[in-house]
Amino acid sequence: MSANTPDAASSRRILSIWLPAMAMDRWRNAGDEGRRSLDNRPLVLIADTAHGPRIEAVNRAGMVAGARRGMMLADARTLCPDIVTAPSDPAGDLAFLEKLAIWARRWGPWSAMDAPDGLLVDVTAVPHLFGGEERLVADVEAAFARRELGLRCAIAPTAGAAWALSHFGPQGAILEGQGDFEARLADLPVAALRLDDDVLTVLRRLGLKRLGDLAGIENGGSGRDAIQRRFRNRKSPAANPLIRLDQILGRVPEPLLPVVPQHMPLVQRRLMEPIRHRQLLDKVVEDLAQDMARELEGRGEGARRLELGLWRVDGEVVVRRLEMASATREATHICRLFAARLDDVDAGFGIEMLRLRASWSEPLALEQGDIEAAAETHGTSLAACIDRLTVRLGVKAVSRPVAFASHIPERAQRWQPPLAPEPASQGELAFHKRPLKMLDKAERISVLYATPDGYPKRFRWRGGVHEVTRVEGPERIAPEWWRERGSTRLRDYYRIEDDRGRRYWIYRLGIVGDGRGGAPDWYLQGLCA
Amino acid sequence: MSYADLSSLPITAFEDVAALSARRSVRWRPGLAAVQGAAHHTEVFTASGDAAGAGVALALALDDLRHLPRADGSEADDRRNVLWVQTRDAARLNGRPYRAGLPQSLQSRLIHVMAEKAEDALFALEEGLRCRDFAFVIGEMAGNAKALDFTASRRLTLMSERHGIPLFLVRIDAAHDLSSARMRWEVASAPSAASAWNAQAPGDPAWKAELFRARSHAPGTWTLSGGDTALTASKLREDTDRAVAGWTAGLQHRRSPRAR
Repeated sequence: MSANTPDAASSRRILSIWLPAMAMDRWRNAGDEGRRSLDNRPLVLIADTAHGPRIEAVNRAGMVAGARRGMMLADARTLCPDIVTAPSDPAGDLAFLEKLAIWARRWGPWSAMDAPDGLLVDVTAVPHLFGGEERLVADVEAAFARRELGLRCAIAPTAGAAWALSHFGPQGAILEGQGDFEARLADLPVAALRLDDDVLTVLRRLGLKRLGDLAGIENGGSGRDAIQRRFRNRKSPAANPLIRLDQILGRVPEPLLPVVPQHMPLVQRRLMEPIRHRQLLDKVVEDLAQDMARELEGRGEGARRLELGLWRVDGEVVVRRLEMASATREATHICRLFAARLDDVDAGFGIEMLRLRASWSEPLALEQGDIEAAAETHGTSLAACIDRLTVRLGVKAVSRPVAFASHIPERAQRWQPPLAPEPASQGELAFHKRPLKMLDKAERISVLYATPDGYPKRFRWRGGVHEVTRVEGPERIAPEWWRERGSTRLRDYYRIEDDRGRRYWIYRLGIVGDGRGGAPDWYLQGLCA
Repeated sequence: MSYADLSSLPITAFEDVAALSARRSVRWRPGLAAVQGAAHHTEVFTASGDAAGAGVALALALDDLRHLPRADGSEADDRRNVLWVQTRDAARLNGRPYRAGLPQSLQSRLIHVMAEKAEDALFALEEGLRCRDFAFVIGEMAGNAKALDFTASRRLTLMSERHGIPLFLVRIDAAHDLSSARMRWEVASAPSAASAWNAQAPGDPAWKAELFRARSHAPGTWTLSGGDTALTASKLREDTDRAVAGWTAGLQHRRSPRAR
């Protein structure tokens, strides 16, 4: 048995904590004494659904009275008319679990949430600090008991095994990596595999009720192949019992997402006297920016997005957001950007509090400040320049042209934010000469005299008459049939030069007799250098 | 107010002055940046419906970049960005830059700013000149905007000279108003030379460019032509060259008898 258990799995220790009545415990602890006095009366937490209120959590007395989780409230009322109800709060439960996951890091270096009501803590090489694994489990139980949260926990070499034991094993179970690993799990029901309900139904119909049954099939030889065939299309671990079984036994890795607490850098100033004048406001913003720069410097980060909140005396809050092209923690730069955004702030009766928050920050290494005097004349960096331009002119105004995979000339170029990475593109064909400038919309020209070859000899554009002296073309560009309508006409492009040397790029939309409209029109689209 | 008659002074007084004059009044020619450094703040006047202005501005800027002596610490390949500021009017009249038609070296280095008003465009130009990460800045403005007065143009000149970033301001359909630009050109398209492969086709672009005011050059008219690699200039009239030989006022030592 232990021969096919890898060593890597046995060296790890995962603590699984399950709070069977987390929602109810949380509701009970959150309120005043009145909530605790309901302990002996049937109580349910309900959520509203399309078919009426449904029970989300039940306390012990309610359980005795016959109410179950997932039951409709009306059904429970028939069993127990004097049932007490309270609204459930799934979002609050999740936030509570998140805080609990961070709190649980007192027992191990990292922890992961196991929504909706469980936690996983990596306690590898930690238990000796608590005096052994039994003492560690006792410490966990004591800590949760102090918070009046009911729990079941288990320690095992893999997350799957710890989860199974905490939910279906004895309280405080500790599973050693060697020896009886699989034997001790053999009596657990197949629900311990963390499978979806429909898969559990299939297994029940197959007569596979315990993990030992599944493992026994494996040892019989051909049994694993039979299950493999039945679940061959199920790639998700929650739908395939064999993957889950391998995860429990540590044969395949199971990645867990640890919860990492992150604190947004935040600085604020409460003002003794509300300010109403711009000059004072600028001074306070400058102080805030300096505080923020210090805060960010301590964390080795730079801000990408900043939010400045201004609390007014009369209860209004004005918020100004700023987004930077690259991470920065320069107080003067931040001040300068905010100065442009504070012009339209109405101070009303005065501003009593300001708060600056960096809601998005990126790592930015500390660097040596310029100590030479010459550095002052160096000018600004590209990112700072882009920031200033976008703050005054808007995000759309500053852009960079990038190539796009299309034949149609106006679609072959797109505009993207200036500092975004350039997408990969195919090289241009060198013999396709393109104009230096392109009009936003191709302008129609009226042909006054056409040569027999088909291109115009003389045409009128914007009121002026152009006499064509040189011409190159046509370069035929067909419509993109995979995205345009079938009636779209092709274009024949010509590069021309007129009698005064002006060079243009014109095209004829369609050809005579293509069955997509009358005589083709001519358009001028580009201006060549 | 009376000027001293220069011809009454001894010749020796002019030796270093003449050298100075010769250095300062050197005729403009492509590649002059190798000797004099890049030109700061150049204005290019052009008509609407003609891409000559942008073409000449790009050609002059690239010519300066090619010939500038490289500083010791700088990279062998200049990868700095280029800022191109347009007002909405200018984009409507003469179009927006098109990536595939730009010179090869600039295709991935262009940052474009679309300004609604002339004031915004001037702000963007000034911010661009202040930024050390731009190789040069091109502005395109239509008409004689009120915001672009002598004070504004002087601000641009000072900013350009202080940070060493060249500015090329294309003025579309504008009168030659007061400006502190160091060089002012009036350009129009000219018939191009025949293409090497197709006699019927337009060849490399050519422009007729008149330098009508410059701080350190004599005025003149050239036919500029350039592909992606080099800018060539041929003088339209040779005799104008002689006529302005000693154009810097007062430094002309000996007048020709015919002029007297």
